[in-house]
Amino acid sequence: MNATAHHSESGGHGHHPQPGFLRKYVFSLDHKIIGIQFLLTTLVFFMVGGLLALAVRWQLAWPWQEMPVIGKMLFSDTGNVISPEFYTMLFTMHASVMIFFVVIPMLIGAFANFCIPLMIGAPDMAFPTLNMLSYWFFWPAFLIMGYSFTVEGGAAAAGWTAYPPLSTIETAAPGSLGGQTWWLVALIFVGISSMMGSVNYITTIIKMRAPGMHMFRMPMTVWAMFITALLQAFALPVLTAALAMQLLDRTLQTGFFNPAGLVVNNVTVATGGGQPILWQHLFWFYSHPAVYIMILPAMGIVSDVLSTFARKPLFGYRPMVYSVAGIAGLGFVVWGHHMFQSGMNPALGATFMVSTMMIALPSAIKTFNWLGTLWRGNLIFTSAMLFAVGFISVFAIGGLSGIFMAATPIDIYIHDTYFIVAHIHYVLMGGSAFGIFAGIYYWFPKMFGRTMNESWGKVHFFGTFVAMNCTFFPMHVLGAAGMPRRLADPYHYETFAHLKDLNIFITISALVLGGFQVIFALNFIFSIFGGEKADRNPWRSNTLEWVAPSPPPHGNFETTPIVYRGPYEYASPEVEEDYLPQNVPTPGAAPVPGAAI
Amino acid sequence: MSEIGEHHGALAHHFEDLEQQRQSADLGMWIFLATEIMFFGALFAAYAVCRWMNPAGFSTGTSLLDVPLGTVNTAVLIGSSLTMVWAVQAGHRGDSRSIIRNLVGTLLLGSVFLVIKALEYSHKFHDGLVPGSLFTYGGEQAAGVEMFLCFYFVMTGLHALHMVIGFGLLVWLILLARRGRFTKEYSNPVEGVGLYWHFVDIVWIFLFPMLYLLEH
Repeated sequence: MNATAHHSESGGHGHHPQPGFLRKYVFSLDHKIIGIQFLLTTLVFFMVGGLLALAVRWQLAWPWQEMPVIGKMLFSDTGNVISPEFYTMLFTMHASVMIFFVVIPMLIGAFANFCIPLMIGAPDMAFPTLNMLSYWFFWPAFLIMGYSFTVEGGAAAAGWTAYPPLSTIETAAPGSLGGQTWWLVALIFVGISSMMGSVNYITTIIKMRAPGMHMFRMPMTVWAMFITALLQAFALPVLTAALAMQLLDRTLQTGFFNPAGLVVNNVTVATGGGQPILWQHLFWFYSHPAVYIMILPAMGIVSDVLSTFARKPLFGYRPMVYSVAGIAGLGFVVWGHHMFQSGMNPALGATFMVSTMMIALPSAIKTFNWLGTLWRGNLIFTSAMLFAVGFISVFAIGGLSGIFMAATPIDIYIHDTYFIVAHIHYVLMGGSAFGIFAGIYYWFPKMFGRTMNESWGKVHFFGTFVAMNCTFFPMHVLGAAGMPRRLADPYHYETFAHLKDLNIFITISALVLGGFQVIFALNFIFSIFGGEKADRNPWRSNTLEWVAPSPPPHGNFETTPIVYRGPYEYASPEVEEDYLPQNVPTPGAAPVPGAAI
Repeated sequence: MSEIGEHHGALAHHFEDLEQQRQSADLGMWIFLATEIMFFGALFAAYAVCRWMNPAGFSTGTSLLDVPLGTVNTAVLIGSSLTMVWAVQAGHRGDSRSIIRNLVGTLLLGSVFLVIKALEYSHKFHDGLVPGSLFTYGGEQAAGVEMFLCFYFVMTGLHALHMVIGFGLLVWLILLARRGRFTKEYSNPVEGVGLYWHFVDIVWIFLFPMLYLLEH
């Protein structure tokens, strides 16, 4: 490993002229600025996605009733209420925005960019220009997605899964006019951006580590990002190909996904002979690994936060690494569990069922290791720690319901019901978003040189935790009662009429949940400018990012750090303090870096 | 290595030395190519499924393609890979003149390939062998043939798109080489583009038998 062969000061290369404002904050090559750019943009989209969700909830609680204030502004054409077509568009865009514009770019755009070079002791990413491009390739996607709301028929409305023929035939739905085409183009841009990101992350982690930073001395966050980048590199191109094929089906009259002799609205579709199920396979070949792309980095972040604030080494570091790898590996061979209802050979279905259930093993190893980390630790309940602990509890619920739905017979009953919606929100809102919040509270001092307000952070946590469970837990009940997802008015059917009261409760909880995020947003903004000044290592943490100044300058470290040990030496008997950073030579031992390496 | 690297103009500030920079560039390109394999892999998988669903239509479709032109094109493309290898070799020697000569050769052979491809496309348009409203093939297995042609146009089209991107990269390299940017110590871009070009070539090596030759 050549990176370990030199101990020269990387500061030697670091003299460049001070760049102008545009170069420093807009078209920046600095991984930290790019990470913060990703963070700020995705937070804005988090708000957009949240508002879309609240509009969905409004319709489910008070169907066909006028929204206060904004109803007249938005829906004057349809009698001031949401139309069924608009409702379909709302949930389609809620999911698309949250998955492709919030959770994925937040975790592997914002956090991976900010954390990887700092945590491995590198001055920057291996390919800074590519890194900048990966951010700027997101903007066409943002603009196109925004524009798609204004085209005839409105934005895409075929669900975020975009199943053909609903999505491929223009006459199938209003959102399938122009909106679906723009949706596809936007996601192709997202795909190219993410591909650039993952190439960069993998190369950086393999080639840019500081001297002494063996793979098995890397913090869990970096491990998780590494494995996520691999997932992304191998799964995402398949979606890109599928998106391109659907785009061609819509624009150049190919027929990859349209079955022969298909008649939609009394019109025979000209090109045919393709396979609608082919789309589902290609789509889920990416989109199931995408679930792990959205959770593994959060797991990494949570592992680091837990260990820091439990003041104890992470329990079972290597098993944690192997579990992440195991989850990722299994993640590639389980996509068919989304398609039990679509029809497949029962033998294949059973295979997918078993492989899906096997994911419970590495996930359980991780959960028990987190509990083992907490066991008899000196817990410090900062906001970051609260979200990390909250993550474990809600993720466990989401993970356990996942085992339910892996079983084909149960899945056939709960398929496309609110049980699925409950599950995905427990792992995405309770899992990924809690991990994101933990990460933001934890690294905020490093990003902006100031800490976020802890009291408001705790208010944010407790409010979010309670409201989140009140919002999503009852959805299990709705699902068990059979309430289907994606219906604008389920109460139209007598069977579901009695579920309305529960839905009103859910909507009120969702509004409260949204309200608590306002506290977070205000805390975030005010803390950037007026938060308490933070020193280099406010949490007394071991990993390398805390060696650099807060915020770190371009080039990160004054001198290249040399790594002597793993990242979790808390409560070490070798030192007085309860932590022993990775770059500090062992006390008493002769400082022979060569020996440590 | 460090000694060479310290003052070399091509060394980016965030790398320790040229060797680390070269290895990173190589690795990055290989990972990118892995993503490309998955991208084309999805198309190949889709092709396999559809062919399995409709074997007769696909073999009829295959018989409608121009094997001689395809064969010539295969030879041309392999030739372009040869000149590309020579360019990479010249890069290792730091021989800018030879780099430029071979890159121009690659560019020319690539152009020949695209011209022949355009000729084939225009024949297909002329004969109504295009999926969609222009499709006029009236023989048996028309639906299967149309499906086959969807794959033919999309796969060869995406392959051609990759070649066009490759042209842009080749022109960029030629400009760099003219400015004398490549030395014995530093010719990473030539090597990276070389890998990319060979990859595009290999995709064709799979496309050619699958689309042109697999009649049964």
